[in-house]
Amino acid sequence: MSTSSTDKPLKQIHLAAHFPGVNNTTVWSDPEAGSHIEFSSFAHLARTAERAKFDFLFLAEGLRLREQGGEIYDLDVVGRPDTFTVLTALAAVTEHLGLTGTINSTFNEPYEVARQFASLDHLSGGRAAWNVVTSWDAFTGENFRRGGFLPQEERYTRAKEFLATAHELFDSWRGDEIIADQETGTFLSDAKAGSFVHQGEQFDISGQFNVPRSPQGRPVIFQAGESDEGREFAASNADAIFSRYSKLEEGQAFYQDVKGRLARYGRRHDQLLILPAATFVLGDTDAEARELAHEVRRQQVSGATAIKYLEHIWNRDLSAYDPDGPLPDVDPIPGENTIALGRASVRQFRDPLAVAKEWRERAEAKHLSIRELVIETTGRQAFIGSPATVAETINEFVQADASDGFILVPHITPGGLDAFADTVVPLLQERGVFRTEYAGTTLRDHLGLDHPDAEATAQQVAS
Amino acid sequence: MSSSSPSLPSSPASSAPLHLAVALDGAGWHPAAWREPVARPRDLFTAGYWADLVAEAERGLLDFVTIEDSLGLQSAHFLEPDGRTDQVRGRLDAVLIAARVAPLTRHIGLVPTVVATHTEPFHISKAIATLDYVSNGRAGLRVQVTARPNEAGHFGRRTFPRIDLREDSPAARDLATDLLDEAADYVEAVRRLWDSWEDDAEIRDVATGRFVDRDKLHYIDFEGKHFNVKGPSITPRPPQGQPLVSALAHEHPTGAPFRLVARSADVGYVTPHDTERARAVVAAVRAEKDTAGRAEEPLHLFGDLVVFLDDDSAAAEDRRDRLDALAGHAYPSDARVFTGTPAQLADLLLELRTAGLSGFRLRPAVLGHDLPAITRRLVPELQRRGAFRSSYEADTLRGLLGLGRPANRYAATA
Repeated sequence: MSTSSTDKPLKQIHLAAHFPGVNNTTVWSDPEAGSHIEFSSFAHLARTAERAKFDFLFLAEGLRLREQGGEIYDLDVVGRPDTFTVLTALAAVTEHLGLTGTINSTFNEPYEVARQFASLDHLSGGRAAWNVVTSWDAFTGENFRRGGFLPQEERYTRAKEFLATAHELFDSWRGDEIIADQETGTFLSDAKAGSFVHQGEQFDISGQFNVPRSPQGRPVIFQAGESDEGREFAASNADAIFSRYSKLEEGQAFYQDVKGRLARYGRRHDQLLILPAATFVLGDTDAEARELAHEVRRQQVSGATAIKYLEHIWNRDLSAYDPDGPLPDVDPIPGENTIALGRASVRQFRDPLAVAKEWRERAEAKHLSIRELVIETTGRQAFIGSPATVAETINEFVQADASDGFILVPHITPGGLDAFADTVVPLLQERGVFRTEYAGTTLRDHLGLDHPDAEATAQQVAS
Repeated sequence: MSSSSPSLPSSPASSAPLHLAVALDGAGWHPAAWREPVARPRDLFTAGYWADLVAEAERGLLDFVTIEDSLGLQSAHFLEPDGRTDQVRGRLDAVLIAARVAPLTRHIGLVPTVVATHTEPFHISKAIATLDYVSNGRAGLRVQVTARPNEAGHFGRRTFPRIDLREDSPAARDLATDLLDEAADYVEAVRRLWDSWEDDAEIRDVATGRFVDRDKLHYIDFEGKHFNVKGPSITPRPPQGQPLVSALAHEHPTGAPFRLVARSADVGYVTPHDTERARAVVAAVRAEKDTAGRAEEPLHLFGDLVVFLDDDSAAAEDRRDRLDALAGHAYPSDARVFTGTPAQLADLLLELRTAGLSGFRLRPAVLGHDLPAITRRLVPELQRRGAFRSSYEADTLRGLLGLGRPANRYAATA
């Protein structure tokens, strides 16, 4: 297809709110920063997102407190509540907002997770979504019965089978079994409702699932990995991807790549949404926003944080270095990263020696201290500007097929989305690229996704 | 913070007000409850149904509701699904039902059932801690075990022999003891995780850039026969410090159920059918509690009763007969089944109280009928007799039960 951009219909933007997480993006030291645990913070962000007609709220998860250098990492927000419990409670204080939870496929069992998502979907009237993540580390495994057992290369094997098994459980009820006829005394039309058998390498389970089919049939499935395996997993299984690409060209490349994989699985382009995470700083003018953004970056990267960040790459104790001085003259310790535990991001530095060399050169060329370099390298927000500039940038990004929308990550809890909701959203609505009212009731409605049809799926599986 | 223990129930004064809970399950505890005109069988899987039930219980100033759960379909058979289609089958996760109603209520305690046998103590600990946050201090749990082979098959990680735990055989005793000891380990791990953050661990010290004082976060290093848990929790210590732990315990040749309550619980539900039996059960649990070294710690024992309540006792009996006829058999229950008027039930509760029970968990035969009968008839009757509160006197579930906020086991004592 070669439709020119001029006669192409405007895409509708999808927007979501990410509850601020436990990394240094979140500025807890700001006087405006509130609790990361109290329900009132979650309720505030959810109500703000719903007031702005957002598609959903997004919660991340980590199952062990991070450690660095053998100690619990204390410079960022530490601690979070249970994902399912908070999302289900939020269903009571919102009506339309989708509720997306990150749930690990390594340290859970399909029967229990399927029960929880089906229950969340019932209790929210069809607003549940599951961001499927994997992990393998023995460090996190120490908190669980199952322990740290999974070789890294098997994590997608398990994730795929976990998700397939969960889908078999969701589909084990067709949705028409509950008759509840008080006259005749027939409650169920089928004594075998919920029957399932799954025999695989990861799971060998059978029996009857005990949660009847929920409003969405299945929760909306998100996937977050960006490796080749992760992209393939998403193309075959997911309804949406939570990605990190918030720059135009890399966003377009990722978008094309992943959407290009869909045909192999008999899927259409609109059956998989690409939704990058994006930070933002708003100001009355672009200049003011730039100034604010610089200030936020300095809050996000203290001297101590900069040293700790550098340790991820150097894989060694750098506490003796001055954050306001030059980069370390020693080289990183190659091999498995042992300094930081419980942090997936350290894996992105595949060649620490090369990274260190590049950073040293950049720091020398621009006369940057450790802290200044870390701020420059890691800190830049995705959208900086006046509401008009940010609205325009977001719209261009989506219309240019670099994404289908964004999962916005405020840096302040819980009020960090307020200004966006009040100033940017109305501008997007004026352009006709963002909803002014919810058209449906379920998250699938908001995202324009089909309702899964259990029989069609069953035929697919059988064929 | 001190560990206070006001007006404690180890020997309840016979004039102390009763505590009342209701047990919520489907359309009610009678298997034909869903066929009554007041039942809402098509709403059982909706939030509104549960919100209405808990609002009604709160209107009656009840201490808390429990919510039943299981990891398989309901079944009249102990060892397998019964394949019945004429009774309510299917349920929602009880912890999530509790979370869904928490923001809609203000005073009543929320005590979902959790199954210890196949689930992760780490997940449940943070889930109940979070329920405590979303309810501002009203969370608890009812711990339960399962020996059902079909439920083990849903997880595929353990297999259980086909043994009905209720039979008296060496194999049944061994299995019951193992499962209940595992549940005690489970509660221990859950409780340690709740304490794994000291209350003031979050310091937000801008000067040093530290969000937490890591000296106030603790590894729990729990090691047991069935699992190990390192800790600390990812969720800070909940508002109550220790949310309420409760368990149902029947008389059993091993004594294991009473031991679980004695070792692990704040509230035990027991099922004596008369005052004399109640006295014996109370004595047996207290003996186990002394053995467990918890003699000084508070423990409520609640009597469990199934109730058919009507303003005249003939109507209650008619209703019970009608439901039994629909079910095709008389309703069997582990607990005493009471059929009668609110005044008669008040008489019975006050009599049973003399045996050392400090409260009751009532199982409404038909929720749509017997729950409002409890809140609108029984409660006023007990209030008239000075035996029940006339308003909520505390903001937390522990507070309603006269339980102090416990000191943290890991906090350095000054």
